[in-house]
Amino acid sequence: MANAAPTPSGTRPEARPETRSWHDIVRETLKANDVRLVTYVPDNVLKGLIASVHADPFFTAFACTREEEALGIVAGAWMGGMRGILLMQTSGFATLANVLASLPVAFQIPTLMMISERGTLGEFNIGQALVCRTMRPVLTSLAVEHHTLTRLDELEFTVDRSIKQAMATRAPVALILSPLLTGGKVFKA
Amino acid sequence: MQASETKPIGPGNAQVMNRFELTKRLVAKLPEDAAVIGGIGNTNFDLWMAGRRPQNFYMLGSMGLACPIALGVALAQPQRRVVALEGDGSLLMQLGVLATIAMLKPKNLALIVMDNAAYQITGGQPTATAVGADLVTIARGAGITQSAWAADEEMFDELATQALTKDGPWLIAARIDDKPGAGTTDRDPVVITDRFMRGLGTKK
Repeated sequence: MANAAPTPSGTRPEARPETRSWHDIVRETLKANDVRLVTYVPDNVLKGLIASVHADPFFTAFACTREEEALGIVAGAWMGGMRGILLMQTSGFATLANVLASLPVAFQIPTLMMISERGTLGEFNIGQALVCRTMRPVLTSLAVEHHTLTRLDELEFTVDRSIKQAMATRAPVALILSPLLTGGKVFKA
Repeated sequence: MQASETKPIGPGNAQVMNRFELTKRLVAKLPEDAAVIGGIGNTNFDLWMAGRRPQNFYMLGSMGLACPIALGVALAQPQRRVVALEGDGSLLMQLGVLATIAMLKPKNLALIVMDNAAYQITGGQPTATAVGADLVTIARGAGITQSAWAADEEMFDELATQALTKDGPWLIAARIDDKPGAGTTDRDPVVITDRFMRGLGTKK
């Protein structure tokens, strides 16, 4: 996976035209970091990523009934030696404060989370717009490292380094997929 | 006592047993490498008091997640037998995981539910199992076909032996009394993670 090779330490990623889609970059970077388990509660923006991890036998991917459940599975798998990531949308993240505090944060389990951001930049559902405001305050108050992914040319670097830091420091990390990167979900009147 | 030939064992005719007694019976049967995830509260306390093992994970706080954590361990280590120990209140909080487990059909996973029909640790408020919710019927409905009530201690032993040796997933439910846990787990999460991972061979 030449494209997903980690950037040599201390250097910025070389600026080059990125021809891959955001979800191809994410999938390849997960693979390069041996993240084999993908649990998710589906979302329209995540559709391409979910389809591509299902299509690749490297990954064990399945839908869960709740984000809490999906997080517990990823935590257990990591302790058993298998790296995993939980995919969800903003409103799903809002159900996680208690289990984040009491499981990955308290037990120092590097739980990787990828959240497709709803509620901003063209949201049409007031509930999504309101719950979105709780996401970064919850992450900040639990001191969970988080990055908002807006640019295709920075994506591989940010995802790769975030996974490596989470594993090295045994801490959860949240990667927020901005509509600036994915196009988001738009209102079709 | 053998299972009645005319009437299947259900919460209405299963004997009321004791959680600590059953937990000791389970621990005595475990293969040395079997992993056990103890849910919060008294389930956890009795697992702790039944004898500390490096392959035990003692969950603190994330109510309802013993089965998901056990599923994660089972997926990561398919050669190892993995057991989740839960209470009725905790399982009711995360019933969806039964459907996920049925969908994935991990052969090495067993769920054991200690049902006292109450949120005992918070003052004994009744759970829905006190008025008719049947966790075995729910698990079967979710697709875990190998789900059964233990009629008595002897049957609990038999079911546990099956669940630890034959292809799962399994769910065993036991009606238990209202005795509190036999002790208290030492609440040091980082130490718990460290010991568990060494027990699983994922940390040197």
